[in-house]
Amino acid sequence: MSTIVTLPDQSTATLPKVSYLNKEYGLKSWLLTGDHKRIAMLYLISITFFFFIGGAMAGLIRLELLTPPSDLLAADTYNKVFTAHGIVMVFLFLVPSVPATIGNFLIPIMVGAKDLAFPKINLLSWYLYIVAGTMILYVLASGGVDTGWTFTTPLSTHYLNTHVITAGLAVFVAGFSSIFTGLNFIVTIHRMRAPGMTWFRLPLFVWSHYAASILMVLGTPVLAITLVLVVLERTIGIGVFDPTKGGDPLLFQHLFWFYSHPAVYIMILPGMGVISEVISTFSRKRVFGYTAVAFSSVAIAVFGFFVWAHHMFVMGISSYSALVFSLLTMLVAVPSAIKIFNWSATLYKGSITFETPMLYAFGFIGLFTIGGLTGVFLGTMGMDIHLTETYFIVAHFHFVMVGGMLMAYLSGVHFWWPKMTGRMYPEGVSKLAAVITFVGFILTFFPQFLLGYLGMPRRYAAYPPEFQVLNVFSSAGASVLGVGYMLPLLYLTWSLKYGKIAGSNPWQATGLEWQIQSPPLTENFVETPIVTHEAYDYEWLESKKGSEVPTVG
Amino acid sequence: MHSISPVIWQFLIKWLTYFAIFPPEASSIAPYADALYFFLVAISVVGLTAVAILVVTFSIRYRKEVHPVATPIDGSTLLEATWTIIPLILFMISFVWGALLYFRIYSPPANAMNIYVVGKQWMWKVEHPGGQHEINALHIPINRPIQVTLISQDVFHSFSIPAFRVKREVIPGRYNTEWFEATQVGTYHLFCTQYCGTLHSQMIGEVVAMTPEDYEAWAAGSTSGNSLAQNGERLFASLGCSSCHNSGANAHGPNLANVYGSHLQMKNGPFVTVDDAFLRDTILNPTMHEVAGFAPIMPTYQGQVSEEGLIDLVEYIRQLDSQYRIDQTINNSAEQPIQTGATPPGTSAPALAPGAVKP
Repeated sequence: MSTIVTLPDQSTATLPKVSYLNKEYGLKSWLLTGDHKRIAMLYLISITFFFFIGGAMAGLIRLELLTPPSDLLAADTYNKVFTAHGIVMVFLFLVPSVPATIGNFLIPIMVGAKDLAFPKINLLSWYLYIVAGTMILYVLASGGVDTGWTFTTPLSTHYLNTHVITAGLAVFVAGFSSIFTGLNFIVTIHRMRAPGMTWFRLPLFVWSHYAASILMVLGTPVLAITLVLVVLERTIGIGVFDPTKGGDPLLFQHLFWFYSHPAVYIMILPGMGVISEVISTFSRKRVFGYTAVAFSSVAIAVFGFFVWAHHMFVMGISSYSALVFSLLTMLVAVPSAIKIFNWSATLYKGSITFETPMLYAFGFIGLFTIGGLTGVFLGTMGMDIHLTETYFIVAHFHFVMVGGMLMAYLSGVHFWWPKMTGRMYPEGVSKLAAVITFVGFILTFFPQFLLGYLGMPRRYAAYPPEFQVLNVFSSAGASVLGVGYMLPLLYLTWSLKYGKIAGSNPWQATGLEWQIQSPPLTENFVETPIVTHEAYDYEWLESKKGSEVPTVG
Repeated sequence: MHSISPVIWQFLIKWLTYFAIFPPEASSIAPYADALYFFLVAISVVGLTAVAILVVTFSIRYRKEVHPVATPIDGSTLLEATWTIIPLILFMISFVWGALLYFRIYSPPANAMNIYVVGKQWMWKVEHPGGQHEINALHIPINRPIQVTLISQDVFHSFSIPAFRVKREVIPGRYNTEWFEATQVGTYHLFCTQYCGTLHSQMIGEVVAMTPEDYEAWAAGSTSGNSLAQNGERLFASLGCSSCHNSGANAHGPNLANVYGSHLQMKNGPFVTVDDAFLRDTILNPTMHEVAGFAPIMPTYQGQVSEEGLIDLVEYIRQLDSQYRIDQTINNSAEQPIQTGATPPGTSAPALAPGAVKP
């Protein structure tokens, strides 16, 4: 039995006198902290800020598309707005979302360590993120950039007069932030596990972060190289991508998607980790097929590197390479299907309760299943010809990224909110927010599948009038979705002061993080925990509760 | 699709198009694409329903009120294998089906009529071999395979006709092709689907599919008078190509008669088939392909010939079947008013010119 300090039951819980939040005071103690939990909070605040910037851009896009002509925004403005939406959401929200906030907070605690392996690099990672964010804000304030988040050459290198270089360098810097986070996770998971914490006792959250970290460390440098080449091409005209100098613009596509396809898995894998924890906790059962779920994460990471050219089926790549990439795309879809079925099977003979994180997790399962299956449409070569570059693509990746990842992120934020802040969020209104988000999401993005099959191209400021009805549905849904995202911002902020005291383990979950006080001490554990049980061992939790005298940490 | 009753198929398509959630099915390829689409929709519905049934049933039967104590279950290899193999089989069917469709969509029949399309910010310039020039419009006859050879003058564009279920990227410095055979008379959307800068959403046009008789009438009424090959001939003369590429015994360059489609040996050994891309490359970047037996003295014509001019030259060389034509060109070139570089004469305005036949 480990010597983990437990707090009294939630009903009698009080906030601990000392925690990472009140150990030190003052701005400096936050800005120069090495504590992974404080850095996680810094990240949480900054990515929330950028999420709402990106969200405002999305709102403008949907408002413009309410009517067929480009009347609210001129074409140029519209292009800048969707570019800003893409860059902010992908590089400043989705990539860091779960890993840099929830992952940063929890990975060391889950493996039983005091901190990440390199606390200062962790802080540096946040500062790089802020530098990148500031550069993007500068770009937005000084006139914007209209390359699209994909920076396609030769458009970005030769034909635009906007802040391409600043934006490219911002993404370059953000990439290093992501590399450092990934590096920190890999080393921590390998080297800093507590005694007894074997690989197969790790929570699945850690496995999925491990897989995502490998992608970050191996994929992001390629993006960095690509963006440097774009900047050099633009400034001194080195001609790597310029056909008039013997360069190949398709090379840019290969390099860009070599990162940007795995980036999709960087974004979704940590979310899958959240879902595993939440589903297990609220069905009081070990995740069905633990090893299958763990290895499916690794399989996604490995196969994820070899499917990039499915973004290029219509670009004139060799038909035979298209065959190989389509085949591998089908293979990478399988591990995701395995996960979905395992989560569903976890519910079997469980004892299920429906708290807010669980509702978001159900939302994730539904929306991610649709997102994944429509990905098969696009991986199917002949079908992709008609669907690519239309709203079908837009709907597909929003189902995966927003319906999947954002649902998982919100699920995780609600689930670990009591651990991070020591206080509960208000249950009633948060359930309402989960339902609103789900309904708003379907209304916003489902019509876009139909628009896509009708052939409406993406990134159009103006569109033929026959597409208007479906676009109106979509814009209406976006306003519902906006309400769904504003609510958590309001009530979570409210709960910081007025929420009920959570106690150490409000969900009666098994993870190590739930066996310490909420909010945790700066050093996480009073003594190094010794792990003697498997992950998700609810019987162990029961026996422990019976045998231990609660003490206040 | 031909494997199910045409009556049911027509009913389904009409019903879906009536509710404006389905594009018109106007090419020979479209029914094949739609059949695959319905298959994919079907497996998605089955998959989603399976997951929904599992989640909803378990949520009701094993909610805490009716099932207060969870039963520990670790997993089941048999079940894991089941839900690995069944999706894998379905995905493999989609893969094979999709690959067959891909090759069908991207393999033009040998008798296809070729039309050149140049994409530029922000318009489509269509060049018919007979000398009809259109902007943001493409007139074609139905029931005849049409191949379009696509190239961009500046950035990436994408040539998409949703009603035909075809699309191909239009890339600078590279000829891409796509083909289709319209089956129904009508006017259809032509979109640029690759983001190409400010007026991307105005890089649209229409495809006018006409009966062969109407098309003949249109083609006769809209020609600029010179075919692409004739324009190419003038350009060939004015650029001085014929001073080296002639039939003289000590000509500096290879003889171009019947060169199109032949296999030329390169200086470093391999044989290369002469096609549009090869000709374009050798004009712009002669050192890229050095033909055996000739000194690499050809200058580059980069920046001197527009994409349309290159198309004219390619079309001219493609049709050169005897040296006599070239020698004639030399003799004629002295008298011809010389057009340096760019635009071929008589580039006509948007194709719906007065002479155009109503679709």
